[in-house]
Amino acid sequence: MITLRNVSKYYRVRGGLHLVFAGVDLQVRKGEKVGVLGRNGSGKSTLIRLISGSEFPTTGTIDRRMSVSWPLAMTSAFQGSLTGIDNIYFIARVYGVNAEAIIPYVESISDLGYYLREPVKTYSSGMRARLAFALSMAVEFDCFLIDEVIAVGDASFHERCAHELFERRRDRAMFIVSHDPHYIRHHCDRACVLIQGRLRTFDDLDSALSIYTQEYTAAEGAVT
Amino acid sequence: MTESVKFGVSANIQRRIIGALLLRELLTRFGRNNIGFLWLFAEPMLFTTGVLGIWTLYHTNYTPFPLTAFCVSGYATVLLWRNTIGRCGNAVEPNRALMHHRNVRVIDLFLARIVLEVTGASVSFLALLTLLTLLGAIALPDDMTKMVLAWVMLAWFSASMALIVGPLATLSEPFERFWHIFAYLFLPASGAFFAVSMLPGQLQHIALWVPTVNCTELLREGMFGTNINARYNICYVAVVNLVLMIPGLLLTRHVQMTVEGE
Repeated sequence: MITLRNVSKYYRVRGGLHLVFAGVDLQVRKGEKVGVLGRNGSGKSTLIRLISGSEFPTTGTIDRRMSVSWPLAMTSAFQGSLTGIDNIYFIARVYGVNAEAIIPYVESISDLGYYLREPVKTYSSGMRARLAFALSMAVEFDCFLIDEVIAVGDASFHERCAHELFERRRDRAMFIVSHDPHYIRHHCDRACVLIQGRLRTFDDLDSALSIYTQEYTAAEGAVT
Repeated sequence: MTESVKFGVSANIQRRIIGALLLRELLTRFGRNNIGFLWLFAEPMLFTTGVLGIWTLYHTNYTPFPLTAFCVSGYATVLLWRNTIGRCGNAVEPNRALMHHRNVRVIDLFLARIVLEVTGASVSFLALLTLLTLLGAIALPDDMTKMVLAWVMLAWFSASMALIVGPLATLSEPFERFWHIFAYLFLPASGAFFAVSMLPGQLQHIALWVPTVNCTELLREGMFGTNINARYNICYVAVVNLVLMIPGLLLTRHVQMTVEGE
């Protein structure tokens, strides 16, 4: 179980503090698939970074009682001047798994071939996403944090992702942030909406989606 | 974040992370090609040899000591503190991406670089000493334990300073530039190029306020024996090191709280 209690996050910006969100309470239970909907810049990625533990909340507490992945499809979670293989070794050491044992798996899922022996900074964003995805599947977690994972790559890669994540690991908890209501509807048990620095939680998927759609169309209307 | 995590478990994780970072640093700094990690100590060794060559060539021995031994001991100490502190200035930026992994913390980035630089400086000093002793260019050391103590104290001082300079340089780019200039200007005062006994009375007291001077004096007493009239206070160095660690750890914590991933 992951429990967020009264979590807020401020960033220091020129001329003061910028509030990303405040008063966030949230629970993710074992095996549960929770979605967070939000528009660009609403703080979805910040929320996922706080849950992953790579950044700290300004106030509030986050309690992790299961193993939590790093944000998936976080294509920048690599050291650019190292090769793909060296990054595999690094991450294997960091998470205490045997690198030799996972390299064949990463090779087959990422389909990067000899590029694995090249520095990651020479990769295209699609290639990085493939490496990132394959590696996070190679290290097992109880809860996967997914930051619009399938946004990059081609159709066959999307298929592989969906199969590895939602079929083979359907027993795991997932925390998915996206701006796409269809994606959330397809993969989540329940959803929350991040609007104007508040996280609104709903028990059922439909109310979350309709609130998000309303808010979205209202904002779109205001622009035009 | 949970208090329930046992100390032993955490220590184990941290050891694993620092190990992973050490190898990662070795790979990007020295690559897989050529002589690779040998550069870690070959670099300071070549540097010291070069300086030694210039000094010998110009007969600029203004000290009462054998030139080779004096020069080697001086440069070894400079390389130890300067590399250890300097390399921590840029420890966070190239590793920002790795901090998406929860257990990779700012202090691990600093500790990995400290371990790496201290090891490099130590191995190169040891190699150079052994080589020159075998060649007969320097005499056998008088007291190895004093040398080891001096070296450990200086390494500790370097680590404490690195934990201050590293975070400050991460927070402010001008500070990083300033530090390199300061480190260069500090060279004459560091004790590498003089012995306290060579200074006039009043200056001796001032010089002994500098921690690196105390360490270098003890190191030379270990090399040349008590008859060189070395002056030092190792307890003073220990107190300075301990006190410096307080702002160092606080600053490291501050960087951890404010750092943002890529």
